[in-house]
Amino acid sequence: MKDDITREDRVDALGGMGCKRKRVEDARFTQGKGNYVDDIKLPGMLFGDFVRSPYAHARITSINKEAALAIDGVVAVLTAEDLAPLGLHWMPTLAGDKQMVLADGKVLFQGQEVAFIVAKDRYVAADAVEMLDVQYEELPVITDPYEALQSDVVLREDLDTNVPGAHGPRKHHNHIFTWEVGDEPATNQVMDDAEVVAEESMYYHRTHPCPLETCGSVASMDKINGKLTLWGTFQAPHVVRTVASMLSGIEEHNIRVVSPDIGGGFGNKVGVYPGYICSIVASIVTGKPVKWVEDRMENLMSTAFARDYWMKGKISATKDGKITGLHCHVTADHGAFDACADPTKFPAGFMNICTGSYDIPVAYLGVDGVYTNKAPGGVSYRCSFRVTEAVYFIERMIEVLAIKLNMDSAELRRINFIRKDQFPYKAALGWEYDSGDYHTAWDKALKAVDYDGLRAEQAQRVEDFKAGKTRKLMGVGLSFFTEIVGAGPVKNCDILGMGMFDSCEIRIHPTGSAIARLGTISQGQGHATTFAQILATEIGLPADSITIEEGDTDTAPYGLGTYGSRSTPVAGAATALAGRKIRAKAQMIAAYLLEVHDSDVEFDVDRFTVKGAPEKFKTMKEIAYAAYNQAIPGLEPGLEAVSYYDPPNMTYPFGAYVCVMDVDVDTGVTDIRRFYALDDCGTRINPMIIDGQIHGGLTEALAVALGQEIAYDKQGNVKTGTLMDFFLPTAWEVPNYETDFTVTPSPHHPIGAKGVGESPHVGGVPCFSNAVNDAFRAFGLTHTNMPHDHWRIWKTANALGLHD
Amino acid sequence: MIPAAFEYYRPTDMDGVLAILAEHGDDARVLAGGHSLIPMMKLRMAEVPHLIDLQDVGGLKGITVEGGTIRLGAMTTQTEIIGSDTLTAAAPILREASLQIADPQVRYMGTIGGNVANGDPGNDMPGLMQCLDATFHLIGPDGTRYVAARDFYEAAYMTDREDDEVLTAVSFDQPVGGYAYEKQKRKIGDYATAAAAVQIVKEGGKCTSASIAMTNLSDTPIYSQEAGAALVGTVVDDAAMDAAVAAMLGDIDPTEDNRGPIEFKRHVASLILRRAIARAWSRA
Amino acid sequence: MSNKMHIKLTVNGEAHEFLAEPRELLIHTLRERLDITGPHIGCETTHCGACTVTMNGKSVKSCTVFVAQANGADLTTIEGIGDPDNLHALQTSFKEHHGLQCGFCTPGMITRAAKFLEENPNPTEEDVRFGMAGNLCRCTGYQNIVKAILATADELNAAKEAAE
Ligand SMILES: Cc1cc2nc3c(=O)[nH]c(=O)nc-3n(C[C@H](O)[C@H](O)[C@H](O)COP(=O)(O)OP(=O)(O)OC[C@H]3O[C@@H](n4cnc5c(N)ncnc54)[C@H](O)[C@@H]3O)c2cc1C
Ligand code: FES
Ligand code: FES
Repeated sequence: MKDDITREDRVDALGGMGCKRKRVEDARFTQGKGNYVDDIKLPGMLFGDFVRSPYAHARITSINKEAALAIDGVVAVLTAEDLAPLGLHWMPTLAGDKQMVLADGKVLFQGQEVAFIVAKDRYVAADAVEMLDVQYEELPVITDPYEALQSDVVLREDLDTNVPGAHGPRKHHNHIFTWEVGDEPATNQVMDDAEVVAEESMYYHRTHPCPLETCGSVASMDKINGKLTLWGTFQAPHVVRTVASMLSGIEEHNIRVVSPDIGGGFGNKVGVYPGYICSIVASIVTGKPVKWVEDRMENLMSTAFARDYWMKGKISATKDGKITGLHCHVTADHGAFDACADPTKFPAGFMNICTGSYDIPVAYLGVDGVYTNKAPGGVSYRCSFRVTEAVYFIERMIEVLAIKLNMDSAELRRINFIRKDQFPYKAALGWEYDSGDYHTAWDKALKAVDYDGLRAEQAQRVEDFKAGKTRKLMGVGLSFFTEIVGAGPVKNCDILGMGMFDSCEIRIHPTGSAIARLGTISQGQGHATTFAQILATEIGLPADSITIEEGDTDTAPYGLGTYGSRSTPVAGAATALAGRKIRAKAQMIAAYLLEVHDSDVEFDVDRFTVKGAPEKFKTMKEIAYAAYNQAIPGLEPGLEAVSYYDPPNMTYPFGAYVCVMDVDVDTGVTDIRRFYALDDCGTRINPMIIDGQIHGGLTEALAVALGQEIAYDKQGNVKTGTLMDFFLPTAWEVPNYETDFTVTPSPHHPIGAKGVGESPHVGGVPCFSNAVNDAFRAFGLTHTNMPHDHWRIWKTANALGLHD
Repeated sequence: MIPAAFEYYRPTDMDGVLAILAEHGDDARVLAGGHSLIPMMKLRMAEVPHLIDLQDVGGLKGITVEGGTIRLGAMTTQTEIIGSDTLTAAAPILREASLQIADPQVRYMGTIGGNVANGDPGNDMPGLMQCLDATFHLIGPDGTRYVAARDFYEAAYMTDREDDEVLTAVSFDQPVGGYAYEKQKRKIGDYATAAAAVQIVKEGGKCTSASIAMTNLSDTPIYSQEAGAALVGTVVDDAAMDAAVAAMLGDIDPTEDNRGPIEFKRHVASLILRRAIARAWSRA
Repeated sequence: MSNKMHIKLTVNGEAHEFLAEPRELLIHTLRERLDITGPHIGCETTHCGACTVTMNGKSVKSCTVFVAQANGADLTTIEGIGDPDNLHALQTSFKEHHGLQCGFCTPGMITRAAKFLEENPNPTEEDVRFGMAGNLCRCTGYQNIVKAILATADELNAAKEAAE
């Protein structure tokens, strides 16, 4: 081979880690050739649609199917009564509770599934939905968790208060669990002894992940072969297969679950919904494929809300601002069924990361889960389990403490950061942070935005405001977050008993291309692009020659799916390790071909060379061919590997965000003048994709902070059921973001990567919220709740006397 | 979100439309751009057994500016309004307001006729038409009659139009002076939290006439005659603005919704009006 | 059920004739009847723009058009914007600038952007943001979409200049 090809050229030719590889997914999406659930069309397919409860709490006195069944084209009307003989009228939730698939005697939230109409198409189904006669007797409605804990009204009549729930004893018939972490007496002691204590109550409102594609499924029961195929919007297809098998009694090998292209997930598509179950049952009953796709109102009303945490905090410090302790209590509104998508042992997810990026010696967290007449869910909306809540809590508490101390909050953060030399750092609430360099990141961020300059400008603005020269205040929002992503480890993280490992299986083809299959599933994160990059670097074949396949349980190895930014930390590691197994075998093949000892060859980009004689080499392409075309003594033919990766720890990405915002105190209108985001996600696999993830996550954070909510009235009616009222910003409402980074690789991860998709959301929400709060700091505000929409900002300004 | 079934008609002349309306009474409705009606039908909040599409009916489109009178055919779309240089030269407030309605796709379909006939207090055109003192042309079995925009609206979705009448055009005198359409909304695609349409005439440094109408602050658009009157004869200083705002506040009656409580809406209404007056005055 | 109507449509240059209920929504006609599944359904309430197609030269949300209204219309969907051997500059540019993630909004986004650039071949960033405000994206935060559209405008203008 000629020498004019440099080593760098060879690296470039791979398109491996670190390069801005263009996405392989894009060709089909830009040409309208994606294959999403609603695109699936099977011969004879029927369509299922729900009749839903108009009431938030009511007893069902009768259901009369006659008029609905009389409509031409209606094939079946299923109710709880029909599902009961199969034991499918209830289903287990991910949180150890159970949930009605179809209303069993009563309804507990508006939009609850009451009956499933199966018809020849969606038009007939919609007509039949109108015609189903359901009689209700209204019951008292509870939408407030504090009220729920006092009320005589029993929401869950199916549960016995004397019998412990999945997470221990229940204190009241509307109580679900108490979860405690840390040392409460010691924390209280610290608070009692402290020089300064700041307290605040905050409500992290209920919202919804609302991916652009709603949830849906197509079930096809092949009665001849006894095989069930289920396509659906599943962020965790293997778990769905296992659950479907346990519920239906169909053996797992006879079930194939496929996640086709998914139009965004953000946590919405982790759970198992009644629609999935009903489409399966309907297909079994009718012998025909059955499609169910929810509409947007159904999506917002019934599937998977996020947040709804009432948090009370106390933080103590010395006079100079060294934090001494943190106390947090959460009243968690879980709605009618506890369907939170958290690892089994963590009923409040990783809320106990709420000590944040700070060295806090003593802390306590207590969480009480409560039933109300609201939709079930409690998913991680673009974050690891409840981490957005935790980070919002601590980043607000820091600001509240800074106010109490009359101190600059950037400085307060700086003096309390966990220092670089303290990693691995054992936090007071149990987590061991793998790595971090917070001071460097913080200094870089503050310098980039000219922090002192911003504060000076802000001070001038306050003067101008007081002098009547402007009606706009300026807020400088800061946030420094530490995420905790990449669940497992299996020893403490499981979903319905399945350990949270992940997997990768690689096959190298004779001509030097490859296919790798993973247990995860992309919903826009670009796995087909980035996992190929990881592999390209690991095995020395070009990324363009590697196909990545996910989402088909018949072919992919078992994995726990994609959410909580776990794909790169877990499946990415599995990919790297499977790649290394390939490389190990390739080394033996290379040594045989080069007629030297195994230990005398070494890997170099895309080949093995003889140590000390780089002109003698075999490329990975040649090695792949050799693996199939000649008998190598002592080696099996072929070149394949599988790796199941159980992470030794989570990874802890972090970042520093700054938001500069103008707030019109009269109209409540906010204007984001600048947003700077520095992220440290360890090793950067594809900077282009990382930036894209950050833009998207920040935009979702902006929405949540500035207006997006699932709001209920006192009767339990959803007030924000369409995209008119449920705030999804358009291009017009969104700023340009400046992105930046530092790199602190994870010490325990095979390639040092930490995961990034959710960081911008986790760090973004408190940053936007802090900006609004900060704008009013000079006028005596300590805290105001999100969402900071126009009227709430106006109300805050009004309460501060700014309209007088 | 699938509408109930209906019979569809696409007549090519107004006689055809009127005949169907006469036959089916309030079971029939006309369809213009469909961007208010179809969403309601999909939610099954509007039931329309007989739907009469106006798209092929001749004579309902077009913008004319003649002899100081502006006439917009009912089927003129918001996009056409925005794109008409003639109209923008004659009455720039129409373009300014139209750009604040919904989004590009909706504006391609939504018509002036549908917007004013709909009767939704959230629609922007009715208030604007009241500000401009427009006349609505209604044709029915007994011929054409003319109704002032200021007399047209009775309550939410209730107008002076009879079920067997069709709105064919709106017309108004070419406005003079300064103008402004100010609207606060939560995002693109949202209806107004509050909106104000203002036309002001300035002569010799003083306001000689002013017209003010407000949107989405009552169950109908609100033409505030007194607010306008408060400006007349003044140099539109703070005191005059205060008086205009106070008068307007006496006329509106907002309700609480997701856009905010009543006090907030009143506050925003005041602000929006102040800004609109100031801008209109600066252009007068 | 109402009577079915005889409908004629031209979609991406191809003529179609069929019987349909007038209430059938154009998005369903395209997706279910004609198997043109590029346009998507994201909200059904005229907010998201995932269903955007071009109808008689206008960008419309096909979830808010009855097939009866569209009778006789000339439609273009993402499938007609370009083909694998002859991609529209926007299709290349969206990939180049990472203007998509899950891809669900992309067909509507590109279809609208194509029309937008016809309306305004020399847009500013503000023009793009305003002109694209009928299309929601949950993944990208729009930054790269805006970039992709601006880059396409430059590219198309350069190509036009070169041709002149
Ligand atoms: C997402 C979204 C946001 C929107 N935001 C705004 C906004 O901010 N401001 C705003 O003003 N509008 C807004 N609209 C409404 C939009 O402008 C509508 O298009 C408009 O209100 C109605 O016009 P149309 O031609 O679509 O009427 P259609 O929907 O066809 O008709 C509306 C009603 O008027 C009747 N009608 C129509 N034409 C006539 C006629 N010639 N004679 C008699 N009756 C007639 C119909 O029977 C029907 O009852 C929004 C719409 C959407 C979907
Ligand atoms: S589906 Fe048509 S606009 Fe959302
Ligand atoms: S790329 Fe997912 S919605 Fe736009």
